[in-house]
Amino acid sequence: MARAVTNRRKAIVTVAAWLVGIAIFFPILWILILSFKSEGDAIKTPIEVLTSNWTLESYHTVQERSDYFRHFLNSVILSVGSTVIGLIIAVPAAWAMAFVPGKRTKDVLMWMLSTKMLPPVGVLVPIYLIFRDLGLLDSRVGLVIVLTLINLPIIIWMLYTYFREIPGEILEAARMDGASLKNEILYVLTPMAVPGIASTMLLNIILAWNEAFWTLNLTAAKAAPLTAFIASYSSPEGLFYAKLSAASTMAIAPILIMGWFSQKQLVRGLTFGAVK
Amino acid sequence: MGRITLDKVTKSFGEVNVIPPLDLTINDGEFVVFVGPSGCGKSTLLRLIAGLEDVTSGQIRIDGKDATQQAPAQRGLAMVFQSYALYPHMSVRKNIAFPMKMAGVPEDEQKRRIDSAAAALNLTDYLDRRPGQLSGGQRQRVAIGRAIVREPSAFLFDEPLSNLDAALRVGMRLEIMELHKRLATTMIYVTHDQVEAMTMADKIVVLRAGNIEQVGSPLELYHTPRNEFVAGFIGSPKMNIFGGNPAQQHGATKIGIRPEHIAASTETGTWSGVVGVAEHLGSDTFLHVHETGLAETVTVRVDGELPVRHGDRIFLSPDESKLHRFSEQGLRA
Repeated sequence: MARAVTNRRKAIVTVAAWLVGIAIFFPILWILILSFKSEGDAIKTPIEVLTSNWTLESYHTVQERSDYFRHFLNSVILSVGSTVIGLIIAVPAAWAMAFVPGKRTKDVLMWMLSTKMLPPVGVLVPIYLIFRDLGLLDSRVGLVIVLTLINLPIIIWMLYTYFREIPGEILEAARMDGASLKNEILYVLTPMAVPGIASTMLLNIILAWNEAFWTLNLTAAKAAPLTAFIASYSSPEGLFYAKLSAASTMAIAPILIMGWFSQKQLVRGLTFGAVK
Repeated sequence: MGRITLDKVTKSFGEVNVIPPLDLTINDGEFVVFVGPSGCGKSTLLRLIAGLEDVTSGQIRIDGKDATQQAPAQRGLAMVFQSYALYPHMSVRKNIAFPMKMAGVPEDEQKRRIDSAAAALNLTDYLDRRPGQLSGGQRQRVAIGRAIVREPSAFLFDEPLSNLDAALRVGMRLEIMELHKRLATTMIYVTHDQVEAMTMADKIVVLRAGNIEQVGSPLELYHTPRNEFVAGFIGSPKMNIFGGNPAQQHGATKIGIRPEHIAASTETGTWSGVVGVAEHLGSDTFLHVHETGLAETVTVRVDGELPVRHGDRIFLSPDESKLHRFSEQGLRA
């Protein structure tokens, strides 16, 4: 039997939950509203903001002043590029650790995770200097390398836990059935791992798309993705509210839409193993 | 042909010696059951024969040829796993076809073998389903079908029925036995269930801690267990084994008597005791008798009609000719 919950309690919890939800969502909603206002209207009181005229003016200005599509293209290249390279490295690594674990496998996994505990700013200077000397500053190649490396531990961990769920007996059955290692991977393992690989890929694209620390610090103009595009509108002086909002909306929208369509896949991948 | 010979085979996992030097011969067409308590090495032994584990030393020969270093698929054996190990993303048809696809069997031959296996295993209507849409018994049949189409020289079964419910298990047991009669192919079957071992085997191999305790036909093991362990393991309910005075009277350290070889009476007998629990099965009744001075509990199998209840005094008389005597080392005396 489910626990007894009084209707009153239910109502209070429901209202509280909605309040928290709205409070979290409100800033994003407000950005969306401000992006359709003129700069002058955007700094008025909330009531005046809501009653003022709606306009696409900010979007026009933003597109004129800075090339949205170039930044968008950079974001796509960086997030997809780093994800694909990351998967190419991580799939065999996770494979080996899940199916032929050695004595040190657990340590290696912990070590990889530990790199995520280090504050990135701690290695900013050495990496900046290395990039400068190698001529990788403000280059897509350089950023793809950095994004690949910072997300690699997460990709490997996700794939590792996912592969671990594949029963070893199925692989043994394939071996008994005469499958070579290549056929075992091609016909048995990969089809079974596709949902896991797909959700890992989606999550990693989102992480790379949103990554701001390295993209802001290692780019200037050429390789700048959408994070840098937003940041260029944050200024301590002048009227930028509406334009900043428009830029943010344009940067958030693609990933939000992708996340919306793939949320089922994402949730499935992230809870795999926890809920069977 | 499927004659399998194990010659001084050993297996260690790191420092742990799972299988000490072991010799065994399995003849062509035999139904051999490996039985023993969990952790006795029976599954490891099967996996060594399959090639899924490498032997530490010794030799495995299949039909006279040294197979010790061969990959699993080269040995010509087919295996049915406890978890069925079907490919979840393939239809039943593709699951069954997989080993033939790997072996490069021509399409029309594949189709012929799939159809005949499906007909034999009642799977014809399910060929286009995925394993997830089948019941446990059907999945097990698919696993068997996948093994049959390879036309292996021997089948290896690793506790294939332990995931099924009791009723289904009995049915599948008969199906596997009929399959063996029809194909007359060597089958090696691992189980911890001595009932499965007794009912199915031509030859039982009783294992304990990697050692072979006894090899023989079911009735040989039942009538002349080589030692105390086999005596206690084979037979249900278990043989009563006790030492002390009653054993010394028979000139042994310990004696064993099966529950079905003790006569019970409410009036007179060699031993007396008090009924603890009476399990009425209808045809038989199992009495668990306490306060006999022999062992904590003596199990007796009596006629289902005997009217006894908890707390009744009862007299027991063993059939002297069916007594098993064991030496101090636990060996048959």
